[in-house]
Amino acid sequence: MEKIEKIDQLLVTTSPHLKDSMTTSKIMWSVTASLIPAGIWGVYVFGIYSLYVLIASILSAVLTEYVIVKLLGKPSTLWDGSAFLTGLLVGYNMPPSIPLYIPVVASVFAIAVVKHTFGGLGHNWMNPALAGRVFVMFSWTGPMTTWLVPRTRGVTDAVTGASPLGFIKTGLLTFKGHVSGPMEFMKVNGYPFTHSDIVITSWLNQHIFSLWGAKIPNGYVDLFLGNIPGCIGEVSALLLLLGAIYLFAKKIITWEIPVAYLGSFALFVWVLGGLRYGAGLFHGDVVFHIFAGGIVLGAFFMATDMVTSPLTRKGMIIFGIGAGFFTYLIRFFGAFPEGVSLSIILMNILVPLLNRLIRPKRFGEVKEEKK
Amino acid sequence: MKNLKTFPKGGVHPRDYKELTNKVPIRNAIVPSEAVIPLQQHIGAPAKSLVQSGDKVSEGMLIGEASGFVSANVHSSIPGTVKGIEKVYLPTGMKSDAVVVELEGEFERSGKELERRDWRGKSPSELLEKVKEMGIVGMGGATFPTHVKYTIKKGSKVEFFVVNGVECEPYLTADHRIMLERTDDILEGVEIVRKILNPEVVLIGIEANKPDAISLMEDRIEAKKLDIHVVPLKLKYPQGDEKQLLKALTGREVPSGGLPLDIGAVVSNVGTVLSIFEAVVFDKPLIERVVTVTGDAIAKPGNLKVRVGTRIGDLIEDAGGFVKMPLKIIAGGPMMGFAQVDLNSPITKGTSGIIALSKERVKIPRETPCIHCGRCIRVCPMGLSPTRLYKWIDHMYIDEALSEGLMDCKECGSCAYVCPAGIPLVQGMKLGKYLAKSKKV
Repeated sequence: MEKIEKIDQLLVTTSPHLKDSMTTSKIMWSVTASLIPAGIWGVYVFGIYSLYVLIASILSAVLTEYVIVKLLGKPSTLWDGSAFLTGLLVGYNMPPSIPLYIPVVASVFAIAVVKHTFGGLGHNWMNPALAGRVFVMFSWTGPMTTWLVPRTRGVTDAVTGASPLGFIKTGLLTFKGHVSGPMEFMKVNGYPFTHSDIVITSWLNQHIFSLWGAKIPNGYVDLFLGNIPGCIGEVSALLLLLGAIYLFAKKIITWEIPVAYLGSFALFVWVLGGLRYGAGLFHGDVVFHIFAGGIVLGAFFMATDMVTSPLTRKGMIIFGIGAGFFTYLIRFFGAFPEGVSLSIILMNILVPLLNRLIRPKRFGEVKEEKK
Repeated sequence: MKNLKTFPKGGVHPRDYKELTNKVPIRNAIVPSEAVIPLQQHIGAPAKSLVQSGDKVSEGMLIGEASGFVSANVHSSIPGTVKGIEKVYLPTGMKSDAVVVELEGEFERSGKELERRDWRGKSPSELLEKVKEMGIVGMGGATFPTHVKYTIKKGSKVEFFVVNGVECEPYLTADHRIMLERTDDILEGVEIVRKILNPEVVLIGIEANKPDAISLMEDRIEAKKLDIHVVPLKLKYPQGDEKQLLKALTGREVPSGGLPLDIGAVVSNVGTVLSIFEAVVFDKPLIERVVTVTGDAIAKPGNLKVRVGTRIGDLIEDAGGFVKMPLKIIAGGPMMGFAQVDLNSPITKGTSGIIALSKERVKIPRETPCIHCGRCIRVCPMGLSPTRLYKWIDHMYIDEALSEGLMDCKECGSCAYVCPAGIPLVQGMKLGKYLAKSKKV
């Protein structure tokens, strides 16, 4: 190599002169990538129309971002992935047969009102996608609670049916008597299982759970794989968990929020969840409640949104516990069968307070001397 | 190598690039034809010049006298004639008066067999006086005058004397090489310090990425039957900071705003200990030090023994010059060092490395809004909330920043290293401290 005789101007900045490779847009695109498998599953089981829903949500989110940033004369933020991810999440939270104008309104509301009126990326105080979902949920409750039955249930045409949570919610309104929990309730009231559920469950019972002398009822496998009616992106717990593992491995999400959220929710369900079925204390069905609705999507991908979650570990844990508690409250006592979106939004609002109150312990902190 | 000690909170793992120079033995750098010797090479008051333009100076002659309690003597690193006293920029970006010496005449010391002096018969205060006389300062970068650090106030007791061989900054290998090549001298230096401080325990902390230095130290201590414990440490930046090092080694936390002595400890860098050895045994003032000259833009990266006052440009020339166009030249380590405006600043007692990076190695992060990811908080070894401090300072709320611990920040750079939004957090902290200082006056 040739020696350089005269040097150009040197770059002068403050230290540090090294930087790791993580950037905001990398975070956004990684979260997007981790969500793709669950979305493919949704499109597969609910049909090609659900892909149009996703595209409409994403396009309207990105377009709104583009227009607003242009109008405000800010540097382009199109490729930071943030608006794309918001759009994607809006789409994932839509029922598969929704009229397209609803996700469009949700995305526009998410980006224009929730994100940009407060200053854009980093300044929104609610998860934009969830706020968008809740906005259209209250505006068009009918279409927002109409569910397609997945094709894996053997239906040939677009048939609508109740989601497990909705089925339980309406069923329990008039229910009197005793069952062991939601699984038996669904069985007794004729909620069908798929063929694959029956095959896999019996295989698991014979080869795996028999080792502990245990047995799982039919229906859990449907919930776990996503053979149930629900929002496009929320049904496959399996694929969502795979995406979450990827995010953990890349250190993009940390354990605090998902564990605290699912943990506190599971605890409330386990202790108190059996009461309504006449099963008594400590007989709630945790597995059903974690895999039946949107809580896996919520706990790993929405509650962990950095902008709207606390800064410190302790704050994150309190945030997660609170979200779990509110999800329990809404699901068991509220008017809606779900509760994930509302409880996360509720905790989002408390984040500034948590950040103000909870600080990390400082190194060498001197205890205040008594005067 | 399981269960190695380290500090518990925060820290980062940047790639260290030490392979460029950690196998390269120390060699003597060229003697500069002109040495620019700053009078302020230490924390505290600048030394008072004892020479004038036209004076003849000899190698190692005292040319600047410590003024005030926290100050240090400065000696000429080459024989010659004083050309004048000029204002120069130090590698840290500060300005200082410097004695410019033009090389001329005989070297009295270099290349000659030096007479060993017996120190075991001397009293601790005589040894401390020698440390002061020879202008020894902390060579890890902070350049605090060593004799001030070793002057233990009445009522304090030194439980631990800790030798800092961590060298956690990426790229730097100067301390690593002296631990390999000057092992016995360092150990004798430790014994000298032991006599001055009379500590109960003597520890040497070395990070596990220098296994050769760890085992060599252990072997020599064993052979000499010394009461010194080598503690291998788990790799983590900024373990070389004395607060983190003490936490890792002793489990104790230096209180906020306090000194290591508050928890019964004194910490010195291995380079400082070696200089103390040379000062006491060979009567040699601190006029040269080992500097790692490295980076992808340097032709022949290596560890060079450099005379204080050698200009950065001359030193780079000695290392073969540039093979790639440098975009950034850093004095010190890449995490806490200072980017240079040009190549004219002199090497000082505190310059541990010169790193020249081409544009392939320099990332210029694009600043985007904070997304509250909390990464800066998780990596801050001091338990601060850099993002909050930055925002307070950005909005000129300096008192709030101070109450949230701004002064505990030592600018280690872990926060800015991980910030996905590319926010110049360290720059913010520096600005905040500057504003706090100017407000007080």
